[in-house]
Amino acid sequence: MAEPKITLAEVEHVARLARLDLSQAEKERMRSQLDAILTYIDKLRQLDTDNVEPTSHAIPMVNVMREDEVRPCLPTEAMLANAPERASDFFRVPRIIEE
Amino acid sequence: MPRMTGLTIPEVAARYRSGAATPTQVVEAYLRRIEALDPKLRAYVTVTRESALARAEAANRRLKAGTPAGPLDGIPLAIKDVICTKGVRTTCSSKILETFVPPYDASVITRLTAAGVVMLGKTNMDEFAMGSSTENSAFFPTRNPWDLTRVPGGSSGGSAAAVAADLAAGGLGSDTGGSIRQPAAFCGTVGLKPTYGRVSRYGLVAFASSLDQIGPFARDVRGAAMLLQAIAGHDPLDSTSTDVPVPDYEAALGQSVEGRRVGIPNEYFIEGMDPEVEQAVWVAIEVLKGLGARIEKVSLPHTDYALAAYYLIAPAEASSNLARYDGVKYGYRAPGNKDLIQMYGRTRAEGFGAEVKRRIMLGTYALSAGYYEAYYGKAQRVRTLVRRDFQQAFERVDLLACPTAPTVAFKLAEKEDPLQMYLCDIFTIPVNLAGLPGLSLPCGFTQGGLPIGLQLIGKPFDESTLLSAAYAYERATPWHRRVPELA
Repeated sequence: MAEPKITLAEVEHVARLARLDLSQAEKERMRSQLDAILTYIDKLRQLDTDNVEPTSHAIPMVNVMREDEVRPCLPTEAMLANAPERASDFFRVPRIIEE
Repeated sequence: MPRMTGLTIPEVAARYRSGAATPTQVVEAYLRRIEALDPKLRAYVTVTRESALARAEAANRRLKAGTPAGPLDGIPLAIKDVICTKGVRTTCSSKILETFVPPYDASVITRLTAAGVVMLGKTNMDEFAMGSSTENSAFFPTRNPWDLTRVPGGSSGGSAAAVAADLAAGGLGSDTGGSIRQPAAFCGTVGLKPTYGRVSRYGLVAFASSLDQIGPFARDVRGAAMLLQAIAGHDPLDSTSTDVPVPDYEAALGQSVEGRRVGIPNEYFIEGMDPEVEQAVWVAIEVLKGLGARIEKVSLPHTDYALAAYYLIAPAEASSNLARYDGVKYGYRAPGNKDLIQMYGRTRAEGFGAEVKRRIMLGTYALSAGYYEAYYGKAQRVRTLVRRDFQQAFERVDLLACPTAPTVAFKLAEKEDPLQMYLCDIFTIPVNLAGLPGLSLPCGFTQGGLPIGLQLIGKPFDESTLLSAAYAYERATPWHRRVPELA
């Protein structure tokens, strides 16, 4: 059998980076699915791209500048209206500082 | 009573102008159709009955006073639930945004509202636009109006099905790798992905920012042209929208196909594709030839690598864009967390579906230390090669014609393997990588009665040529007049 493209330990590492608490069953399934996808993607290695510039955007553009001026923005209430939890004018989250 | 539904956008607009129908009559008729038929189809996530009736009423008054807001005044549309609508729940068909009510409108909605358009509701999709069948919706799958055991395509399957089944006169979708064109092909409607930068993405919930583009669905080419007219143009709120003049698309429909050079890319006719699709597309190319087009074979040699490059670039961008769903500012939050890190991890694990998690994982992996150059960097270089293929082809031809998808609509639950699902988009993905405009329109039906899509691909910002060729083809063929039976 060919060397796996991605190990379970790597899946766990990437899941931590992505802040996804995967179950053990999900991790196993993810590993084999990512393995198949990465095996397919390996076909890119057939291409010599040493002298090819990367494209990050299909339509070339340089920095888009505008005047640095104060403009109206949404009011606090509108921004907080979707908050899962709020405390006065703040988003409320679990405690992050030890007492 | 005159017919209120089953009409194209220009036909509805003509009835308003002549006084044969009012927006209220048409909108009420559509709401009745949705009530009767959508339980079978499930195209809509949210139906905005009250605001639709109120807007129809306002359009009545404008039309009666002889001061319409524009050619689209009172036209009822279905909007994909990835486009932010102020005060109307916008879910992306995800559990994580199930209760999200945007505090602002996307720029396309602002423009359409100013044009007098009436939104009937928000349509179902693959979660965060990731998928090709609309089965990845966290809520329910949408069904294909031509065969309820089949998928409508995706990710904009709700809008495509709604327009094909006449549960709206037209609609909006978004297209990152084929999400407008493939469902348009599967449902037998016209679907247009504009050039990257042609339409503002402000208020479009981001999936892959260098590929996403909003575009119209309609039952005829003129309807698609009218919708594009209303949404196209530079927007200071989206710095990637391009300041290129917007031509008169309806006027462009009159352009002849005579002498136009149409390229047929060899690589888009492959082993394993549905022979009925291949046959129908060749017949369509003959029709274009009969209309005076000059048919030329062209080669896009890196086509076979586009899908692999896409499945690094799009997930990489998605993994970054979807980092914002953390349970802090809006959307779902997992209950009972001891600290912030646990809250993030559990919120995202419970809030995202399997395909979204897969793409976040793939993208995070491709961008992670040690793999960046081998995967993401490589994919960006291959993107350059794909783009060059098109540039070279467009030195010789004015547009390209090919199938939109290698098959017709497949059965629900038929494609369980993620990679098999990804392969649905092999003919649409290269167009997004190159940022080009692409249009799908019906070019026939299989013996089993399923629609087949013809894809036309154009030069950057040359939607006019696509629309004029599509319009000439449509006038020469009967396909757009066929409607699904959904009694």
